[in-house]
Amino acid sequence: MALKHVNVVIVGAGAGGGVAAKELATAGLSVVLLERGRWYTAADCRKDDLRNQRTSPLGNNSGPDDDRNPRVAVDLNGGDRVVLPSEGGYSNNAACVGGGTFTYGAQAWRFHEKDFRMATTYGAPEGSTLADWPLSYSDLEPYYEKAEYEIGVSGDVSADPFHAPRRKPLPMPPVPQNREYGILKPAAQKLGLHPFDLPMLRNSVPYNGRPPCMQCRWCVGFACEVNAKCGTQNTVIPTALATGNCELRTDSMARQILTGAGGRVTGVAYHDAANRLREQTADVVIVSSSAIESARLLLNSRSKLHPAGLGNHSDQVGRNLQGHSYSGAWGLFDFDTYDDIGPGASIAISDYNHGNAGLVGGAMLANEFIRLPYQFIGAAPPGTPAWGLAHKQFMRQWYRRSIAIQGPTQEIPIAASRVSLDPKVKDFWGLPVARLSGGKHPKTNETAGVMAEKAEAWLKAAGAIRTWKKLPGKGTSGGQHQAGTCRMGNDPATSVTDQNCRVHHHDNLYVIDGSVHVTNGGFNPVLTIMAIAYRAAERIAQSQKGRGV
Amino acid sequence: MVEIRNEWRYVRFLSHQSINSIRRRKFLRLAGAATAGGALVSCGRTKSPWRFLTAAEGRTLAALCEQIIPTDQTPGAAWAGVVNFIDRQLVGPYRRQQALYRTGLAELDRAAANLGKLFADLDAPRQTALLQSLDGALKRFFTTVITHTMQGYYGDPRHGGNRDAVSWRMLGVPVVPVRGRNRYEFPKQGA
Repeated sequence: MALKHVNVVIVGAGAGGGVAAKELATAGLSVVLLERGRWYTAADCRKDDLRNQRTSPLGNNSGPDDDRNPRVAVDLNGGDRVVLPSEGGYSNNAACVGGGTFTYGAQAWRFHEKDFRMATTYGAPEGSTLADWPLSYSDLEPYYEKAEYEIGVSGDVSADPFHAPRRKPLPMPPVPQNREYGILKPAAQKLGLHPFDLPMLRNSVPYNGRPPCMQCRWCVGFACEVNAKCGTQNTVIPTALATGNCELRTDSMARQILTGAGGRVTGVAYHDAANRLREQTADVVIVSSSAIESARLLLNSRSKLHPAGLGNHSDQVGRNLQGHSYSGAWGLFDFDTYDDIGPGASIAISDYNHGNAGLVGGAMLANEFIRLPYQFIGAAPPGTPAWGLAHKQFMRQWYRRSIAIQGPTQEIPIAASRVSLDPKVKDFWGLPVARLSGGKHPKTNETAGVMAEKAEAWLKAAGAIRTWKKLPGKGTSGGQHQAGTCRMGNDPATSVTDQNCRVHHHDNLYVIDGSVHVTNGGFNPVLTIMAIAYRAAERIAQSQKGRGV
Repeated sequence: MVEIRNEWRYVRFLSHQSINSIRRRKFLRLAGAATAGGALVSCGRTKSPWRFLTAAEGRTLAALCEQIIPTDQTPGAAWAGVVNFIDRQLVGPYRRQQALYRTGLAELDRAAANLGKLFADLDAPRQTALLQSLDGALKRFFTTVITHTMQGYYGDPRHGGNRDAVSWRMLGVPVVPVRGRNRYEFPKQGA
């Protein structure tokens, strides 16, 4: 059955797709927003420490489900295995309305100016594909501001001398401080560092008709009970729907982007909730499925005219997969650090994002979200037995007397870290699944090691009686910060989209999510994804002017 | 008769848990059937109170879990219902690991047989020594059981372990599910 033709079809209702839907629908264009997951509420997603988006031994609370969505992970020795969404190595983000923003910790960072010109600042290390963005920070600044005000950010970055120039302060004051904040702030100052209140997409006061954070311990990985976390599912997507121009279709799994004459695309074939194959035609197609699934959809959209998939003339789609190499340290204290005041993460420094001798980039460092008891079992310092009385005693003695500091070390992209199509394994719908392979550049691992030392020094200054490092693995990362697989650039030989997120050689096909990030900053990437979406959608709306409903 | 007494111990142990009444009725029905079966059938295997594990496997696993998180001033994994947790997951999210448990528990008892007893019947120091000496596939199985035991002991009681939130009390974490509500004034929508 033919569906009514629309101006724009968007695949994925996460950070990028949600913002794009709102911008285009309010500009008067007709929009269909496809989402493979469901529209959950907090009531659907219980506060379950074994079943959430961060700790998922019993499954994910907001998708995707284990039965239909395998992937293949390749380890550093070339061995491959099928992995399910709830297992490590899958690099899961989420599958639901709001995408990752439904359950995230909601850190709301603007990248620094140097994060957009990494190659110019440092030179590309050998074996890397480090490059500058085709955009500068100042191109994005107005859109960062728009994201902060429309979606809602609390915090106070005025004490951070390193932040990039901004015209306005954040719209909401910081969430009240917790005990860790009080312990860590003077310690950082003693070291000559510049601590400040972490910016978060989280209401600290009533904002946009929703209440402030109630500071519970169930934050990152969980849906917010009182709707105080600001995701696209409770901000821009409802706005888009309220225009009457946007239709949201959940349980809709995109199969292929349809192509017409030349480079133009004509719509999306997808499986609806009843698994019927439907075709939604549109003037413009936007792929916003996050870095792994967006690349997979482009690669799976193979045809006679485009045998390698869409946008893949230069074998760039799926390459440069990156996330963040989280590194940091644990510290034990001889007094209680735990106060059960969430979300936990409260204080940050960006002293080490750049300017580290001999390193390429660095990381923002912040204290961690509240560790739920099961999340603490892996925290034991080297030498602690993994079982038996000694482990139990460790838990009992230190759970309330520990602090973790960590940060998202910026990764140096490499072409070998990539998403490709697995030649054998298919998903529930018969589509080849994503195959994740590669590894990290040695420079990334080096920086991660130094960031862990910095975190350890901060904990020691705060009075920790014992500290130890927390180092990332050397395998390909991705996860909730996945990025880079359809990087933007001016040269079609080394990039997939232009600076407006339009896929080279395909006039009406766009990728709007973390896929287009050339580099991923030493910060949580969501605010950058939103800013890029605002900017790209504005340009699409201009190009479609007069074609609206 | 020993078997039957064991069954009743499980029933008592399970019915202590804060499980909802439907689930409790199901347990009692299952356990009752198991007891009746044990009494009527003079030979052959006793029916199990568990969903996946046999009664004998449940006993071995309880001893194994208790080694991983032993009782000291706070109850250990066996009292906390970790076997119930694992058994429940083995017919749910961990169904892919049924074979691993079936083989692993049998192998563990086989290893204990070298010392002349079932694993559960060895004294605690010998159990510890045996577990410390494991290698190969059995060690990998043990590693999995460690992870699952930690989940059952430290995870949410709704999954069948962490009876009476015993571990959360031990750690000093408030057991109110969503603390914060009690000190939070809900502002009026649109304020």
